[in-house]
Amino acid sequence: MPYSDKILDHYNNPRNVGSFDAKSLNVGTGLVGAPECGDVMKLQILVNPDTGLIEDAKFKTFGCGSAIASSSLATEWLKGKTVDEAMGIKNTQIVEELALPPVKVHCSVLAEDAIKAAIKNYQEKQDAEEPAAEKGEPVAV
Amino acid sequence: MVKTPIYMDNNSTTRVDPRVVEAMLPYFTEKFGNAASRSHPFGWEAETAVEESRDLIANLIGSSGKEIIFTSGATESNNLAIKGVAAMYKKKGNHIISQATEHKAVLDTCKRLERDGFQVTYLPVDKYGQVHAEQIREAMTDKTILVSIMAANNEIGTLQPIGDIGKLCKSKGVLFHTDAVQAVGKIPLDVEAMGIDLLSLTAHKIYGPKGIGALYVRKRDPRVRLEPQIDGGGHERGMRSGTLPVPSIVGLATACDIARREMDLEYEKTFKLRERLRKGIMDRLPESYLNGHPTERLPGNANISFAYVEGEGLMMGIKDVAVSSGSACTSASLEPSYVLRALGVGDELAHSSIRFGLGRFNTEEEVDYVIGHVVHEVNRLREMSPLYEMVQQGIDIKKIEWAAH
Repeated sequence: MPYSDKILDHYNNPRNVGSFDAKSLNVGTGLVGAPECGDVMKLQILVNPDTGLIEDAKFKTFGCGSAIASSSLATEWLKGKTVDEAMGIKNTQIVEELALPPVKVHCSVLAEDAIKAAIKNYQEKQDAEEPAAEKGEPVAV
Repeated sequence: MVKTPIYMDNNSTTRVDPRVVEAMLPYFTEKFGNAASRSHPFGWEAETAVEESRDLIANLIGSSGKEIIFTSGATESNNLAIKGVAAMYKKKGNHIISQATEHKAVLDTCKRLERDGFQVTYLPVDKYGQVHAEQIREAMTDKTILVSIMAANNEIGTLQPIGDIGKLCKSKGVLFHTDAVQAVGKIPLDVEAMGIDLLSLTAHKIYGPKGIGALYVRKRDPRVRLEPQIDGGGHERGMRSGTLPVPSIVGLATACDIARREMDLEYEKTFKLRERLRKGIMDRLPESYLNGHPTERLPGNANISFAYVEGEGLMMGIKDVAVSSGSACTSASLEPSYVLRALGVGDELAHSSIRFGLGRFNTEEEVDYVIGHVVHEVNRLREMSPLYEMVQQGIDIKKIEWAAH
């Protein structure tokens, strides 16, 4: 099966590989997939609390070339978006951009799941923080 | 500089040996007769070539030429052997014994027979992929008519103790079929000494052409009878009708003849290359694991799992090296290799496996190139792997509750 040039480019020169401190309040982490299924994606966003913009994104992926390319592309797209805009990223856009073949569509689904999981994690941290700050009570995280 | 791409997938298929091509060529042009034409020299010439071919093939497995039935390949040989025996001996019994890591050509044939009322026992294998004669003895009933166990596995290269199994079957009066596609021409096989009644082989795994195979069918002690699966002109003792493809048959026979004459040298050569590759990779990469038996295996096969790296992803990184993976990322099911699962290799490591199949035309330079390339890519992908990162941080990834997708 020949791969598109874009998949190969992301696979050979993956963007934004790495990790942020998952404990940081401004970082949202999404970990999706399972080793026994052959794909695990960890995707992280770093949000600027003042602007609400995603300033940076990083990923690490265990999976096939298409899974690596999907998560690499996702990190590129996340940068500079608001959290709400990021929620709008659809797996079909990833499929289109990378010209993923039908058997690889699940890689794009996983990337979308990873984005949503990272945002959810970030929002949960903010929600846990705010009322606690208002009430001045310690919060178990 | 090595020439790329490098072919290291010889368990899948092999390049046709130039000597085989040369032997075949006249049978397309000057010697084009139909081997069944008894009335003119064109037919006689073809018939002579076919009969000489039978003998050359028989020599490789210790049988007589008369016991060789030509087929389109091992899939057909396996179908003919198993379905043919089942139909012919169904009054005697309806039980067949096979094992979990057989090729699909055997497993799916057995499954079809199950739908037709036969009972099939699929024996489990040990962690090296071997089944033992004792398991077969225990599984036998008075309804057992056939045991079908492969000689060597296509994915992991594990050799089965077919001599022991043949002896047992003989003593119990049960027919023994072996799918010997991977073993023929690579290791010594003798249908008499090993008590084999039916043996499937194919040309394209031994540097012959695709589309031609054979089934050895024992003629005495006992005389094995088969219900034909293809009806027609009554060729091949009525067991397999169809005009014989003489050029292909000559190709198969030449491939068998070369394999027999050069077996010792070739074994030594491929074994050395395999060990160079295996050690070269595994000594440099911690947490890499050899799948299959450490010693009882095909000389050219190395199936290695690289923890924290997905097999298909790795293949993309070494795309100028043709290998295959037990990862099934390309299949709709997302299930990894059923062979590796049968060994008890975890799904995660099954997804991380690469099969290297060394053969006649591989060189030391190629092996060294592949070692460097694989080591570099595995290290690169591990740096990109969240699983590797977690393990570095001391997290037990087996204890994480992963959401299956």
